[in-house]
Amino acid sequence: MTAHFPILQVIIPLLAAPLCLFIRIPRIVGIFAILVSATAFLISCGLLQEVITGGTLSYQLGGWAAPWGIEYRIDKLNGYLLLLVSGVSTIVLVAAQTSISKELPENRHTFFYTAYLLCLTGLLGILATADAFNLFVFLEISALSSYTLIAIGTDRRALTASYQYLVMGTIGATFIIIGVGLMYMMTGTLNMYDLAERLPAVYESKTVLSAFGFFIVGVCLKLALFPLHLWLPNAYAYAPSITTAFLAATSTKVAVYVLIRYIFSIFGIEFVDMSLPLGDIFLFLGLTGIFVASVAAIYQLNIKRLFAYSSVAQIGYIILGLAIETELGLTATLLHLFNHALMKAAIFLAIGAVVYRIGSAQLSHYAGLGKKMPWTMAAIVAGGLSLIGVPLTVGFVSKWYLVVALLDKGWWPVAVLVLISSLIAVIYVWRVVEWIYLTPPRIITDEIKEAPMSQLIPIWILVLANIYFGVDTRLTVGVSKLAAQSLFGVN
Amino acid sequence: MTAIAITRMSDLFAVVMLSGIYSLLSASLFLDLDAVDVAFTEASVGAGISTLLFLATLKLVPRYEKKSRYKPTLALGVVIATGALLIYGTLDMPHFGEADAPVHQHVAPRYLNDSMNEVGIPNVVTSILASYRGYDTLGETLVIFTAGIGVLSLLMVSRRTKEKALQKVPADMQNQIILRVVAKMMLPLILIFALYVQFHGDYGPGGGFQAGVIFAAGIILYTMLFGLSLTQKVIKTEVVERLTAFGVLLYAGVGIACMLLGGNFLDYNVLRHDPVHGQHLGILLVELGVGITVAAVMITLFFKFTWRTVKHKYNQ
Repeated sequence: MTAHFPILQVIIPLLAAPLCLFIRIPRIVGIFAILVSATAFLISCGLLQEVITGGTLSYQLGGWAAPWGIEYRIDKLNGYLLLLVSGVSTIVLVAAQTSISKELPENRHTFFYTAYLLCLTGLLGILATADAFNLFVFLEISALSSYTLIAIGTDRRALTASYQYLVMGTIGATFIIIGVGLMYMMTGTLNMYDLAERLPAVYESKTVLSAFGFFIVGVCLKLALFPLHLWLPNAYAYAPSITTAFLAATSTKVAVYVLIRYIFSIFGIEFVDMSLPLGDIFLFLGLTGIFVASVAAIYQLNIKRLFAYSSVAQIGYIILGLAIETELGLTATLLHLFNHALMKAAIFLAIGAVVYRIGSAQLSHYAGLGKKMPWTMAAIVAGGLSLIGVPLTVGFVSKWYLVVALLDKGWWPVAVLVLISSLIAVIYVWRVVEWIYLTPPRIITDEIKEAPMSQLIPIWILVLANIYFGVDTRLTVGVSKLAAQSLFGVN
Repeated sequence: MTAIAITRMSDLFAVVMLSGIYSLLSASLFLDLDAVDVAFTEASVGAGISTLLFLATLKLVPRYEKKSRYKPTLALGVVIATGALLIYGTLDMPHFGEADAPVHQHVAPRYLNDSMNEVGIPNVVTSILASYRGYDTLGETLVIFTAGIGVLSLLMVSRRTKEKALQKVPADMQNQIILRVVAKMMLPLILIFALYVQFHGDYGPGGGFQAGVIFAAGIILYTMLFGLSLTQKVIKTEVVERLTAFGVLLYAGVGIACMLLGGNFLDYNVLRHDPVHGQHLGILLVELGVGITVAAVMITLFFKFTWRTVKHKYNQ
């Protein structure tokens, strides 16, 4: 049975999604979704364990050998991310049970869980596959289901936001498939590792160069790198809170994984160095993104939009680690992928709990909530501290590694800029704290209570994970380092 | 030319018609490139079903586009840059039809030479789609299912409105006698042709995708002429909705069955004692799964749009 783990990881949610339509009773579908996601999580634990001790796993779909058939290949990098995505998804689903009852009409609940499981299938499929075209297919599944998840709520503005995301996302996907097509034309293969072997022979050709160009732009649209981030703030702000928590924690992370996989495992770092000044471009866009988005976050009136802009800034840090082009830099990127997912999942779930109680995400409605909902508010603050990078939180660990990597490369002005940008994060987190604790409530509302346990428990699991992985970094730093080493070792 | 005309026009009805023509033209282009199966799909989906869906949407929105002052110069720049990069990329491409191009050297020879022994069906395209890369096709089916779920969840009409609206609003084309008679004669032929395409996909161009679309087109034609209430007597919305899921389950279920019989996921060889028979059975079943999901999703999409129209009229 364990030999089938790589495929079971993906097809269990895949089968579960259509089954939801046969169950139809919202409560049962919800519990069913948790069970499915938890199973995927357990499998991913087993996979990561096996990958770390036994090395890369390969699975031939349909029993056809690799370049002819499709291969699943689990190594340290995607094993680590499979664990992250399935883990966060499970925790978010637990909170979803109560949260969506306020934000979605009853008759849409089944569809919500179906779309959620489809999105999970898509993300896990992207991570597990070793086939360039298969990756595109699962990218489409995850993208289409995210458009649904965003638009499914009662907020009409979500429809426009989702449509905007659909247009941008489709352009991104088209660019990616053009890249894949051009590569296939030059090599005759779609398997990633086979591509890596056959591409060096055609490195010089203009076709491969434009394939790479299309590919990079397409993926950067998907991962919302500044200035291609325009779809993100509205989509996150108007989507149901559960959708925001899930997508913010996983979908952009998976897009970053795709970028890393293509750069390191397919094209190879030598090709990137000789073809495009990608490091410089990423350095420039990463830094501008951090500053522009952080400053934009300060001026937001909607707390979801505020943290959505903060997400764009955090993607800047992740890309900055890639721009360094060293093993240390890549470690910092991988660490921040994991850590940022924990922070944003915690923050957006906590915001979801507030929306559940007061039905609004306007910052001004948060006045005085520190007394009414102490645990939820403490969770938002803890997440905010982690975003700033205060010691004992995960944010500190990833910023630390990023700054060390920058200094190691000799880019100390960039390191200084990173520290300055953290101060901007202090400002926007402080604005939230000010509204929560220091502003007297405008309306006397006695009926506002603490969030229900079914939401507080998942929120606090994530908050404690933020602190735990900020202190005990063996798993995150250990696996990130191993993955970074193997990616640089391959080339 | 058609594409340029589409972007410049403000009459949406003409735009829809022109995009149908555009699809048909691309289908001919695909045919010219010897991609018969792709051409078939483009003709049935692009020129057929999507035109119908666009028309259904047009019933809900005004026919003419609003005048906008927005001049998208930046977008034009981006488009020109993209086009330039695409052309730049073609400079080093192998020539069209060249025998020693990489695509003909690496994986393709095995598909062409050995698929008859390994999979045992004459249409190589089908053996690649349904067997060698069968998992991609499962993914594509899931994409269609996902799209169906998206529309289902966004265009909900409550049962009570449905019942009330049905009594009040008759079919649109009650009086088009010629159309109704011709359609009645065509319908069995269309449905039988769909089944032929479905089960003959192993030998000639065709398969689940095309068959599903043709089948759905038949049902949609009937609905347009005879009204939703009559169609619903034969095809219940609830059943069709479940069928969208059933097709995916059938496909993935075949994969699971292969695993239970000791093979890898979607390894049809183990389904029967003889690997080639196993492949036959596996491909037959998964193509059926694709056909069911595609047809059910298309019909559902059309039903949902029609319900919207009915509700719209009823509310007026």
